[in-house]
Amino acid sequence: MLKIVVLLKQTFDTEEKIVLSPSGVNEQGAKFIINPYDEYALEEALRQREKHGGQVIAVACGPERSQEALRTALAIGADEAIRVDGSSLPDDGFTVAGALAKVVEPLQPDLLLAGLFAVDSGAGSVALQVAQRLGLPHASAAVKATVLTKAEAAALPAAGGSKGQGAGGESVSASGNGGVSVLPQAERYALVERDIEGDTETVLIPLPALITAQQGLNEPRYPSLPGIMKAKKKPLRTVDASELWGGAAAASVADAAPRTQRTQLFPPPPRAAGKLVPGEPSEQAAALVHLLRSEAKLL
Amino acid sequence: MSKTILVFAESRDGALRRVAFEALGAARQLAGKDGAVHAVLACSGGAADEAAALLARGADVVHIADDPALRAFAPEAYLAALGAAMAAVRPDALLLGHTAMGRELAPRVAAAHGAGHIADVTAIEPSADGGDVGFIRPLYAGKAFERRSFLPGHPWVITVRPNNLPAAEPVDAAERKGTVQALPFTVPALYTAVRSLVRRTGGKLDLAEADVVVSGGRGVRSAAGFEPLQALAGVLGGAVGASRGACDAGYCDYALQIGQTGKVVTPQLYIACGISGAIQHLAGMSQSRVIVAINKDPDAPIFGVADYGIVGDLFEVVPLLTAELQRAQA
Repeated sequence: MLKIVVLLKQTFDTEEKIVLSPSGVNEQGAKFIINPYDEYALEEALRQREKHGGQVIAVACGPERSQEALRTALAIGADEAIRVDGSSLPDDGFTVAGALAKVVEPLQPDLLLAGLFAVDSGAGSVALQVAQRLGLPHASAAVKATVLTKAEAAALPAAGGSKGQGAGGESVSASGNGGVSVLPQAERYALVERDIEGDTETVLIPLPALITAQQGLNEPRYPSLPGIMKAKKKPLRTVDASELWGGAAAASVADAAPRTQRTQLFPPPPRAAGKLVPGEPSEQAAALVHLLRSEAKLL
Repeated sequence: MSKTILVFAESRDGALRRVAFEALGAARQLAGKDGAVHAVLACSGGAADEAAALLARGADVVHIADDPALRAFAPEAYLAALGAAMAAVRPDALLLGHTAMGRELAPRVAAAHGAGHIADVTAIEPSADGGDVGFIRPLYAGKAFERRSFLPGHPWVITVRPNNLPAAEPVDAAERKGTVQALPFTVPALYTAVRSLVRRTGGKLDLAEADVVVSGGRGVRSAAGFEPLQALAGVLGGAVGASRGACDAGYCDYALQIGQTGKVVTPQLYIACGISGAIQHLAGMSQSRVIVAINKDPDAPIFGVADYGIVGDLFEVVPLLTAELQRAQA
């Protein structure tokens, strides 16, 4: 049995244009989704639950509209959901991580899952800060994850000693530092393949731990109609942020007060209109090389 | 006001990454004329060349953490080395590259030290008239930007996006006064057993750091269709990327995906081949300096952001372009 907590964030759909207004990003009529990387995390949680049994709890920090993302997570298969009302929280990763850590800690998860980053802020900071606060190890950018028992972990073949060609002609480096014997004793371990800028590293970490999901970890499922019906009866709890610190505002709590603030929000600089290169393909190729050299000062 | 800045100088395969020099340049800017710039190197079995390269570009003190535990990337060991450097230097700010490694370390260091973390910084606005220092960073992968600043009273942790900030300039040999120190640190209990590292990129340039990116979309039609793009990237010394369409269709690995999901790239030259230009793809590349689009469809949205457009068949145009560049280089 695994108790799995998934950190979710509701974000703008990636096909949405971002329109700025003086008060911030214009949300009028925008479509919101579960952050795509968090969808992989949720899917992984459901698959691990299907394999090992247990419970999946989705946790989000955000304004009231985030309920929708959590309801979707319940429809997809999560058992429970908790929303930390983020409307009164300062917009800073340190504060949000502080709030999420407070909510996750009493749940005592065996496995904490989150997306590698959120497609809105793009920082990829909060989940790792939560892990640090909870004293959990992590494996980030997972493209494959397997939960093993102590015996299974011990039975893994010796690590990383061989240097040479892999099956696909890729080179396998000898940089391994060992197997389960170098790790603290645990009931369960996770064997994680992670993406490092295109290379793949395989690590073994003891649970409880945080795993962050990279694209390609799995193929997320869609909510089914029965799932949507069932979701309506599943528990979705809202926690007011001030409850987390005994009624105090986050800003007045030493280990939750914001460390950074946004001082400006602005659109990207517009790009000047480009030009089409005319002619037959060979003329186009020659003309383009000339333009890149003479006009763009490249090459 | 002068500050003390610490840079985590990341190396890969025994050489410093370019982003380490970019972080060093940013550190000098933040430190001010009378400030101090420290750099920390994590290695197993010496890093004299890297240390010399950092001194040559103006680092004041280079701290070398050297231990077999740093051979493989166990985050706990790296965090312990960084923690020792933080304790020894007590910096106002720690800078790292916004790379796979930097992205993992920075949030944990920030949380451990009660510091703020501003991630993926593309520009720094120096403080004017005693005002705050502004850090510019993209939102929604570049569909918008924000300026953030740190609130007073805590250290700063900053990750800088590769390819965006000017690298530290070399300092005249006569004016180099930096020193190198060993950094003692206690190796903690490790929670990460690294079993293997498979180099699927064959040591090729990381997309985020490449000066030239040649990228393919659905128009490439198959995995084999990427071959002419690889040849073009080869001539230009660049890297190959892809749109979500190409990745979803199974033509290439998700590791190559450029867009709001996937990687955001800002090369000097971006060549989009057979990519229509969905909003989520444009977000990932439209901050490139020069954009070239090659597409059969003259109405493809990609032409709206391209500096130079070629309406045509990429399988005809790309090889001609490769040949033209080879001729020009000969």
